[in-house]
Amino acid sequence: MLDRLSFPQPWLSLILFITWQLLSDGISGGSLVLGFVLAWAIPQITQGFWPERPSFLNVWRMPRYLLRVIRDIVTASFQVAALILSGRRPRPRFVCYPLELEHPLAISILASTISLTPGTVSADVSDDQRTLLIHALDADSDQQVIDTIRERYEQPLLEMFPC
Amino acid sequence: MNPIAEYLVAALLLLGGAFTLVGAIGLARLPDFFTRLHGPTKATTLGVGAIMLSSVLYFSCRGEGIGISEVLITVFLFMTAPVSANLLAKAAMHIGVATMDGTEGNPWEQ
Repeated sequence: MLDRLSFPQPWLSLILFITWQLLSDGISGGSLVLGFVLAWAIPQITQGFWPERPSFLNVWRMPRYLLRVIRDIVTASFQVAALILSGRRPRPRFVCYPLELEHPLAISILASTISLTPGTVSADVSDDQRTLLIHALDADSDQQVIDTIRERYEQPLLEMFPC
Repeated sequence: MNPIAEYLVAALLLLGGAFTLVGAIGLARLPDFFTRLHGPTKATTLGVGAIMLSSVLYFSCRGEGIGISEVLITVFLFMTAPVSANLLAKAAMHIGVATMDGTEGNPWEQ
């Protein structure tokens, strides 16, 4: 019973509460109450879906990672736009990417990053969570795709989630 | 509103519109399902980003406060776009959509 009244994930609850205040027009008594209820209910309902908490998270490395991702999105968007407008045939390929990351949350962040940066979509994770299947729109070789991702995204994430 | 901000807002709107258009062209013209997946999921990233920035800039310069809701919209979009792209790709692999000639490598059979 007490379990049901607690906040299993305090940070998630805090983020939900603040997000709700930002979404509602101005902070009022009503939005505070509703925000509190949501901050309690959503973590309770989704508790079973969350992977176990990462052992240690270097949060202060996050801003640099985000800046790098944003910069890559901009430069790579121009490349994809040029490819589409030029009308030449793309050279697509499926790449099996061997993961070094082990934590499920880190893998999903890496997969989302790969999908957001133009030119690559992460299509699937193998059942043993060791390989990521990536579809690249226009790439010369498997190794080139793997090297870029390893160096630019996975290394910083490995520093954030030292397992 | 001062003229510099006005030019900046207009430029950002044009940039965002151009990228969204290119994404739509990609959706129509790329050869197979998997390559078409790249058009709309990607163009929205930069297109929506630029349009959101111009909206924030516009309302900030009008003195109606900084638009936090635009930033939230973008964050939600950036969080959900990879998930929908991933599900589309998985569904396509599951029913065995044909890939274009010259695609290197194979989708998994799982």
